[in-house]
Amino acid sequence: MSINFTVSPSFPAERTSDWYIFNTWLQRALSLPIHLELYSGFGAQRKAIADGLVDMIYANPFDASLLVRERNFLAIAGPTGGDEMVIFTATDKPFQLVTDLQTGLRLSCTDDPSVNTVGRILLEPADLDASDIVTLPTETYIQVARAVLRDQADVGFMPVDAFSALSNVIQRDLRVLVTSQLHVIHHSFLIGPALHGRGDEIARLLTTLHETEKGSQMLAGLGSKVWRRIEQEDVELMIDIISTLTQ
Amino acid sequence: MGDMDPGWIVGEAREYVLQLFDGSRRRVYVTNNETAFPHGKLIVSRTDTEGVITLGNQSFVDMSGYLESELLGQPHSILRHPEMPAAAFRDLWETVSTGRQWHGYVKNLRKDGGFYWVFATVVPNIRQGRVVGYTSVRREPSRQKVAAAEALYRSMRGS
Repeated sequence: MSINFTVSPSFPAERTSDWYIFNTWLQRALSLPIHLELYSGFGAQRKAIADGLVDMIYANPFDASLLVRERNFLAIAGPTGGDEMVIFTATDKPFQLVTDLQTGLRLSCTDDPSVNTVGRILLEPADLDASDIVTLPTETYIQVARAVLRDQADVGFMPVDAFSALSNVIQRDLRVLVTSQLHVIHHSFLIGPALHGRGDEIARLLTTLHETEKGSQMLAGLGSKVWRRIEQEDVELMIDIISTLTQ
Repeated sequence: MGDMDPGWIVGEAREYVLQLFDGSRRRVYVTNNETAFPHGKLIVSRTDTEGVITLGNQSFVDMSGYLESELLGQPHSILRHPEMPAAAFRDLWETVSTGRQWHGYVKNLRKDGGFYWVFATVVPNIRQGRVVGYTSVRREPSRQKVAAAEALYRSMRGS
């Protein structure tokens, strides 16, 4: 039996090869054939989930909620710390704070549900809701940065990791208006029903990965230092919190 | 939950006696000092089904002015500000006890007598079909929405 593994497409493109390296390691550690499929967008990945083509996933918090509550997936591990995002503008724009932003705001963002939900919450202090914003969707985070730099958009949404991965030359012309510090929602490593019987074994592998030099390097390549065990109540609480963010 | 200690208060304060939902009373002191909501953060806390605090994140602790140890085990009404109409909390409890989410603008009372405004959403924690507690998530409101809520609550208090 081959296991289908995927990763929420919210990681910087530079990490693609690191996920393949991780997948190779995991296959060997579990003595299990694992096929890694990286989807280009959230829509394609959601279709694969709906079609039952995913057995194991490193999921963003919103997809994790759906998978746990509706598809009987178990969250077994995740990084320490939370998923954070930034709202940024170009340095030649007059905005210094989120509260400087006004109705008619042009927003560039991808279809990352986690980043977009948190971003819209962080726009609320400016009294801006969806009806006050012109959303300009793009495929990738580099396109978000480009749209802001070319004055096609006033602000952009991006995960902190992706923003940090932009070159210094690009970052120099961008100004961060706010960085989320939620700490309470995070990616999770989830397994579907086909792997429930091996949940403890996989969790043990993932949460001890940092104990070897090779494992530490692998985690660093994926943007983490340590993965911790996630208990069912941890993820239930996260789902409760997420449900409040969509109000 | 005991009365507020006048020694905790920073600045000139007004004294009120709160009539709490469980029938108890609490003497509180309030000032006009507002603490700004920290940009980019969420305030998160959990209670049991009786409204007793079981967990709070660092922002919850920081904004309240209390130590974490002073909050855990206390009723959530430790943050109740006298300028919040009782009807708002009645509506909150009636809503969440039936398994639904409640949200609204809330003025919270700090240990030092000051206050902070939040947009709060309270969600029942449903496990195996049973409500086992409540999670409250507060985020930064716009000043326009706060001004509207202040006017509404003033009219509800009839002052």
